[in-house]
Amino acid sequence: MTITEAPNVAGALETVAPGTVSSHLHPAGSFDVADHVVPQGREEVWRFTPLKRLRGLHQDAPLTGGDFKVSTHAAPGVVAHIVPASDPIRGTSGLIPRDRVSARVWAATESLYVVDIPAETSVAEVTTVQFTGLDATDAIAAHLLIRIGAFSKATVVVQFDGSATLAENVEIVVGDGASLTVVTVQDWADDAVHHSTQQARVGRDATLKHVAVTFGGDVVRHDMTADFGGPGGSLELLGLYFADAGQHIEHRLFVDHNAPKTRSNVVYKGALQGEGAHAVWIGNVLIRKVAEGIDTYEENRNLVLTDGCQADSVPNLEIETGEIEGAGHASATGRFDDNQLFYLRSRGIEEKEARRLVVHGFFNDLIRRIDVPELEGKLLATVEAELATTVLAGG
Amino acid sequence: MSTLEIIDLHVAVETEDGPKEILKGVSLTIRDGETHAIMGPNGSGKSTLAYSIAGHPKYAITSGQILLDGVDVVEMTVDERARAGLFLAMQYPVEVPGVSVANFLRTAKTAIDGEAPKLRTWIKDVNAALQQADLDPSFSQRSVNEGFSGGEKKRHEIAQLELLNPKVAVLDETDSGLDIDALKVVSAGVNRFAAAGDKSVLLITHYTRILRYIKPDFVHVFVDGRIAEDGGPELADQLEAEGYDKYVKVRA
Repeated sequence: MTITEAPNVAGALETVAPGTVSSHLHPAGSFDVADHVVPQGREEVWRFTPLKRLRGLHQDAPLTGGDFKVSTHAAPGVVAHIVPASDPIRGTSGLIPRDRVSARVWAATESLYVVDIPAETSVAEVTTVQFTGLDATDAIAAHLLIRIGAFSKATVVVQFDGSATLAENVEIVVGDGASLTVVTVQDWADDAVHHSTQQARVGRDATLKHVAVTFGGDVVRHDMTADFGGPGGSLELLGLYFADAGQHIEHRLFVDHNAPKTRSNVVYKGALQGEGAHAVWIGNVLIRKVAEGIDTYEENRNLVLTDGCQADSVPNLEIETGEIEGAGHASATGRFDDNQLFYLRSRGIEEKEARRLVVHGFFNDLIRRIDVPELEGKLLATVEAELATTVLAGG
Repeated sequence: MSTLEIIDLHVAVETEDGPKEILKGVSLTIRDGETHAIMGPNGSGKSTLAYSIAGHPKYAITSGQILLDGVDVVEMTVDERARAGLFLAMQYPVEVPGVSVANFLRTAKTAIDGEAPKLRTWIKDVNAALQQADLDPSFSQRSVNEGFSGGEKKRHEIAQLELLNPKVAVLDETDSGLDIDALKVVSAGVNRFAAAGDKSVLLITHYTRILRYIKPDFVHVFVDGRIAEDGGPELADQLEAEGYDKYVKVRA
């Protein structure tokens, strides 16, 4: 008898009809905008978000305006192109809009940006998609789909900068046995609003490393769901963010262990500085009844550099089978560790330099794990520039 | 020259019931080339003395002086004291995740010397210091103290002592928790440091064991925030035989 068959445990388990979203943590999806009422801010999934600053993305603001440019560098062997929304590739990640913004983007989208890596292709060179917003007044809808064929290997970096009010749907489809790294860098100007709904499906024995790096923007809200197309898949979700004065940076993650022998490892680390800096991290993990032998761990750490910041960190774990390798989470939010500073300073290192070392150390192991050499220097430099405003300025 | 003079030092910590005095008038002079051992029972204030010399913000010096070569360091910050030539080997070295030992050592050396060490000789020096502390060269790529065993942390402190080459070394229970082999490695490091000349050593310990390997010129018994008795190495032998009962009972 397995643990879940024990009478006391079996009675406590909820059984759900196949095909429905069984999690308490997420509302059911729908393509019909009318099925999604305008959120008021009291809903669980919206309660941390400053709706007034979303510029009507969650209501009925038109999604047709805004000037922007997209430049793509496709590595040899990678196809980057635009296809009409009617193309059957759309939706192949299993994306079903779970909120009004995503449903409105789905309805408004006329074409898709597609990055396609064929099967059995190993691409060493990084493929980049650069989105530059030129106007934040009118909102834009965008749909990006990244697909990698079976047994292929590639890295795709999506960078955002400039001013925009952008609502997007992102789909990531990882073929069986493939290995894909996707990095999104939100390096927005201060007035940008960016709402992103992402769905990743990881094939049998495939690996997806997904990295979210968020530095800029007025409101950045990313809501990502990942599930598995078969057993043996592996998911690594990494995040690095720096919330400055008045910035709202929200990362919502939902890992759906819907297949056996799958693995997920989530590490998000952020620093906050300045009045009204607000970081939100929601880490939801569902281990379904079929998902025996899985292993999951999620971790969020926040380093609060000044007064006046707020960090919300909510890990959730729903477990429907006890037949697993492991499941755990950790969350910690704190200021500088005085003992670390004392130790470094007792070796002659000035306070400012000691603080810099501690913050770099805080992010370093994460930056190493991203393991995209082309980005490493830029990320370290950005961290340095962020620190220059407070930690190195005195404080 | 390296002389450490502690003159009528009073130190208090903040507690829930207000400030509590831990050091109640400590006077001690360690002259150039001398090694002094401070021994005492748990809770006598030995570690408070070590942290106060280093400048830990938790410990408030309410009166008294700490003179390094005649200069009062009490008003100096922690890092200024280190740059003036003080070194504290800690009882519980602190983990600094993500900061490599190599980066840490180089940053500290640069801060102490006021200029970056020459790259080629520096790497050689680091490897030599690690090796003498019985640490593999791969240690320089690990995060500072993270995942180190108790013995590795202490040997790492001694490697720092040799590389940073201060005037005065304060060793706070560096011997605690060490097995006999590690104790020998640590003692040899301290002896090499002391033998370099113009150095003074303040060795704080609960046990006499380390004094078999490091010969002190003077031994002080520390009880209830004060020095209760001064003597030569023979005092350590007496403590080994009789323990601290005599001093604690006198107090009671």
